[in-house]
Amino acid sequence: MKNTEEIFELLKKEFGDAVLQIDKETPTEPIIFVDPLKINVVGEFLRVSEELKFDSLMCLSGVDDANGTKVKDEAGLDTIQGGTLSVYYHLYSTTLNHKINLKVSAQREDPKVESVENIWKCADWHEREAFDMYGIIFLNHPDLRRILMPYDWEAGYPLRKDYKNPEFYQGMKVPY
Amino acid sequence: MALKTETMVLNMGPQHPSTHGVLRLELELEGELIKKVIPHIGYLHRCFEKHAEAMQYNQVIPYTDRMDYLASMYNNFGYVIAVEKLMGIEVPERVQYIRLIMGELQRIASHLVALGTYGLDIGAFTPFLYLFRDREKILSLFEMTCGARLLYNYMWVGGLSHDIHPDFQRLTKEFINYFKPTIVELDSLLSYNKIFIERTANIGILPVDTAINYGVTGPMLRGSGIKFDLRRNDPYSIYNRFDFDIPVGKGLVGTVGDCWDRYYVRVREMEESLKILEQAIDNIPEGDVQSAIPKRIKPPKGTVYSRVETPRGELGYFIISDGSTNPFRVKVRAPSFVNLEVLGELCKGHLVADVIAILGSVDIVLGEVDR
Repeated sequence: MKNTEEIFELLKKEFGDAVLQIDKETPTEPIIFVDPLKINVVGEFLRVSEELKFDSLMCLSGVDDANGTKVKDEAGLDTIQGGTLSVYYHLYSTTLNHKINLKVSAQREDPKVESVENIWKCADWHEREAFDMYGIIFLNHPDLRRILMPYDWEAGYPLRKDYKNPEFYQGMKVPY
Repeated sequence: MALKTETMVLNMGPQHPSTHGVLRLELELEGELIKKVIPHIGYLHRCFEKHAEAMQYNQVIPYTDRMDYLASMYNNFGYVIAVEKLMGIEVPERVQYIRLIMGELQRIASHLVALGTYGLDIGAFTPFLYLFRDREKILSLFEMTCGARLLYNYMWVGGLSHDIHPDFQRLTKEFINYFKPTIVELDSLLSYNKIFIERTANIGILPVDTAINYGVTGPMLRGSGIKFDLRRNDPYSIYNRFDFDIPVGKGLVGTVGDCWDRYYVRVREMEESLKILEQAIDNIPEGDVQSAIPKRIKPPKGTVYSRVETPRGELGYFIISDGSTNPFRVKVRAPSFVNLEVLGELCKGHLVADVIAILGSVDIVLGEVDR
């Protein structure tokens, strides 16, 4: 059983710059920041390493950080430009009984994160959901398409903070 | 010369009695053998997570009821624990006991539906009526407590909406005594029925490694023979004070991890819940159930991931607070959503009729899958 700081030291030694920093703002839940394009190698290490054995991905969540600048569009509604979209990973080891949280952030205009689907199969649908809701592109995901919204939803990504309801969907007025 | 054959694509659902809601399965068949199953979900999507961002923390609770509508109490339970963890609220003993009792009653009620409808899927109509009769008794206990039979909004951050009725303890004890023999009855009625065993034993075997890699939890994981229960392995509330076993699949009539094992783990779990209820029901301390409810729910900045063991598996709430009265982000890790993902793996090489047996043993609630 290791705590987050020990794991952070271990990762820093193994990967150097790919592991960015540790956030201890909330004492109960420290978060390790990882490079979005290196998360798959870090994840693979976390799963197979004898001392860590993170065999279970509890949760994977997309988040809109909404830390860009707010700009008014023609209709007078807020649109966010710049800033980041993030993905949180909550990992758990069923054999060693320890947990960690990872976070990766990608640019809002071009959100690309490496997929961890081939490490934890469980990530498949979670990543599709994050794509569906936030438009985060998971590189090397085998089947990245919408999961909860209709496949022909063209109005964007609903959980982004600057999402606007479309006026029509398939000729039907929204809200009806 | 080899005979030229083509695979056939068959749609099962969205309106199909055995899909337990609106779920569409795209089956790729070779004759009657399954080559591939692609689940299409989202027909019941209500964007719970978007709603939650527009609500205050306590206003989110009624929405959690409507996710897993067969285990609403437990959805409330998971959410309030997460918010309390974020705010650092200590909950009075009385509240802890009542929450635990409601949670375990809910577990029995939910398993009764799971087992009853599973029998129904396979073709046994009678057990379904027997089990629903017993479930009504639990729902009446809930109705007596908070006025609602299905969607309770009972657990609040820091407390409960109502104290228990003066008769609640007596009636719950009556129910425990009444319900014990009916589990034995269920064993002879359905569990060891020859037709039922023929349909479920050795079908849809889930190996341990696959289960963990797919993040499968709850009775499905335990059916594969792993003793993993969050009430024991990552205790929350006051579960560590009680003595209960964790039933696992043993392959009594087939292979470990088949549909029958998953079914039977649920039957045994009802017995364990009764054990917990017996230990808790007479020891509810006195107190005020609303004394710890905060006037204004405004958690400090930060994140929390908190998980509880619902009747279906690990229900996780990931909440980000930005210091205001509304949550910045609420993500639900729904057990059915994750458990359903493994369906394709389970169905490979089985017959079409087995898909129904396998899907029933996963025990999904579409309200939770689609949120």
